[in-house]
Amino acid sequence: MTRRRLLWRAMRQGRRLRPVADRTAAIRPGDILLAVVQRNEAVRLPYFLDWYRRLGVAHVLAVDNGSDDGSRDWLARQPDVSLWTTPDSYRSARFGMDWLTHLLGRHAHDHWVVTVDPDEFLVYPFHDTRPLAALTGWLDAARARSYPAMLLDMYPDGPVDERPYRAGDDPFETACWFDAANYTIRPNPVHGNLWIQGGPRARTMFADRPQLAPSLNKIPLVRWRRGDVYASSTHLLLPRGLNRVWDRAGGERPAGCLLHAKFLSPMVAKVAEEVERGEHFAGGREYRAYAERLARGGGFRTPWSTRFAGWRQLETLGLISRGGWA
Amino acid sequence: MTIGVIMLTHADFGRAARVARIWAAQGCPVAIHVDARVPRGTFEGFRDALADEPRVRFTRRFGCEWGTWGIVAATLAAARALLADAAVDHVYLASGSCLPLRPVAELAAHLAEHPDTDFIESVSAADVGWTVAGLNEERFTLWFPFAWRRRRWLFDRSVELQRRLGLRRRLPEGIAPHLGAQWWCLTRQTLQAILADPRRAEFERHFRHVWIPDESYFQTLARRHARRIESRSLTLAKFDINGRPHLFHDDHAALLRQSNCFVARKIWPGAERLYAEFPAPAPRPGPPDPERIEQLFARAEAERRSGRPGLYNQARFPRKDAENGKTAAPYAVLQGVADLFPEAGPWLARATGHTVHGRLFHPGRVEFANGDRGAPGGLCDSPALRDRDRRAFLTNLIWAARGQRQAFMTRPGETEDLTWFIATDPNARIVVVPGAWVLALSRAPRPFAELRSRAVALQKAEDAQIAILTSAHAKARVRIWPLAEAIAAPEGVLGGILDEVGAPPPGPMAPPPRLADTSGLPHFLRLLRDSGLRPPVPTDVLRAWPRPAVSAAARAAR
Repeated sequence: MTRRRLLWRAMRQGRRLRPVADRTAAIRPGDILLAVVQRNEAVRLPYFLDWYRRLGVAHVLAVDNGSDDGSRDWLARQPDVSLWTTPDSYRSARFGMDWLTHLLGRHAHDHWVVTVDPDEFLVYPFHDTRPLAALTGWLDAARARSYPAMLLDMYPDGPVDERPYRAGDDPFETACWFDAANYTIRPNPVHGNLWIQGGPRARTMFADRPQLAPSLNKIPLVRWRRGDVYASSTHLLLPRGLNRVWDRAGGERPAGCLLHAKFLSPMVAKVAEEVERGEHFAGGREYRAYAERLARGGGFRTPWSTRFAGWRQLETLGLISRGGWA
Repeated sequence: MTIGVIMLTHADFGRAARVARIWAAQGCPVAIHVDARVPRGTFEGFRDALADEPRVRFTRRFGCEWGTWGIVAATLAAARALLADAAVDHVYLASGSCLPLRPVAELAAHLAEHPDTDFIESVSAADVGWTVAGLNEERFTLWFPFAWRRRRWLFDRSVELQRRLGLRRRLPEGIAPHLGAQWWCLTRQTLQAILADPRRAEFERHFRHVWIPDESYFQTLARRHARRIESRSLTLAKFDINGRPHLFHDDHAALLRQSNCFVARKIWPGAERLYAEFPAPAPRPGPPDPERIEQLFARAEAERRSGRPGLYNQARFPRKDAENGKTAAPYAVLQGVADLFPEAGPWLARATGHTVHGRLFHPGRVEFANGDRGAPGGLCDSPALRDRDRRAFLTNLIWAARGQRQAFMTRPGETEDLTWFIATDPNARIVVVPGAWVLALSRAPRPFAELRSRAVALQKAEDAQIAILTSAHAKARVRIWPLAEAIAAPEGVLGGILDEVGAPPPGPMAPPPRLADTSGLPHFLRLLRDSGLRPPVPTDVLRAWPRPAVSAAARAAR
């Protein structure tokens, strides 16, 4: 029933999207797609799109939520992007998920789709030598329809605004640190997913109320079928069978990571704006905590942080698993 | 020597055409079979793309549903076409997604070194378990009217039913069922004998209904006709945990080159580098030796099946008792040791080189070793964060600190919720000095009533804990040291701890740590006894203690 309600919402909200550049006729069967909602991310978008193009994404379904920094026009000019725009509330569209559900149902049926934010970068075993199509082909053969990739918060050595991030820069040259093993996991008996928390945000901003720390579990890669729906950001899917991407009997299923390049200089302006707008989860609780932390000039790096050195390191650390893919 | 190549194809015709040219360019006649289910237009495009290659011919098309006779029929037709060319003296069975790794000349040399030899994996079905679905001999004796891939349920029911009814087909006389990989290299003589066998029609009638005949028809009949069989395939082909062929990617190039295999299957169609680099002369020519690449696949499969012990992540969250390793490495839990020897931690760290934390699970704080604010993996000293998931706190610490042994102190009750987990973890080394907490109480400047109720709580917690540690379910190494004995002979406890947590490195032992002040203990124990409790140290031991017992070693250390 929940799924029906969410689909209904998506239909209503989705009708209010205005197409800016509809190139969906160019989508061929078997193409891997990318779905993204963005607002004023002109600085982040160039590197972001190139990352996924390099992995072999053929077409991007993008929703612009009232940007005024030129990012909408920039996106509209990209030959592999179809763009819609809406001035509506991000929050009342379930943080953009209603819009995307609508677009995915219409354009992504039976395609593998990556659904991410502009600061999330998918890595998986062999991502430097094997494009996404190799992974999705193998998942198809294994009859898997969804692939998890938990959010790995990446942070710089000092305060987030120490070095300015410019369009096209590799964010992980600056934000190259992460927490290797301070995550907590609980299975969700209702939806069958794992709820993962922890990392630098939990340790610095939610150390006294960890139950409120942001969720890090995500299932961003799905072979989409009309009727599928993201129930809570990309943390949770319906039908719930799509959430069973983890092994209960001791084995390791395949899993990647989303490197989270949030903690960079563009964040400072963003935080000020988002605290004002209150359009994010739980009334922007997280953003108020960021604002406090930024005001104190605090960074995330500790002597126990780990410096990023590629997917093999993430695999050794147990953050990602090849799940039999070799 | 001329080697004819059969190529079975059904998809990725761009790659298949390229591979056909690779074979043909090295002088091999190639007979290509295209699955009859491929649309006519696609087939004709493929055929036309190779029209200029005189060594390539296309043979009669059969429908090749997986696991059915069509694949064998196609192979037989292609083999007949190749043998019509009198120059052909070996036939190599390959597919469109195979890639020759070494030049045909090296293959020819290898075949010349092994005259009259058929390279075909051929394993006795009666004696050896094979792979998918657990069917071995029954592949030859049951009927398989339903496709395993598409109608799994009906397939299983039909097998069950035939077993229940005892239905069996009789094997043709003189046939010993053998199984093996589909890809072989047969001599002209053997292949000719199989094709010209006077009983071929009879065998075909039988094998038409055998399940996956492409893994058994030639494997069985080669046994009937071959002069010498080397029961292994010259093609490197491995199956993954899902029963699908492993695909080779660009990053396998080095391993493929070292494998010395002549042909690899399957190549991922997008593996540009592999198609660009192979075939290439072997760096150290010799027979196929795919051990390293097989190890890689075997490791991946083991990881998929049983996972890495002690790891809990988004892909692996085992239910209770299915962990295959609750923690990643041995660690020590010391209860009462720090009450007995206030400097036990630093001493033990010096003596063993291990990381010895204080009370990690102290209710009000997290006592990391050396007073650190954090620990490997990014763990931090917030008790609220630790208490969010205490088991994860422990398993994360042990996982992140692999390679550096961990130890920590506890008091009764502090890790009550973890007692079962730790007690059933073979990695845990537990040393308990029951009742040692009484030492701290005996010195505490608190009203006796308060101390008494604290003693009751600690005693209860410790009793319950020891009952678990000493139960039949415990898998940890547990050492329980009576307090009286520990006070009388502290060196014994220290030596015992070293035994439990790991031998000290060679070299002079650090001087033993100071024993805690026990002067107030007899008096406090008497108070406890007389207030109606049973003190943690037996009273007869107490009677033997007119004066506080301080060992010579401890006195020397002062």
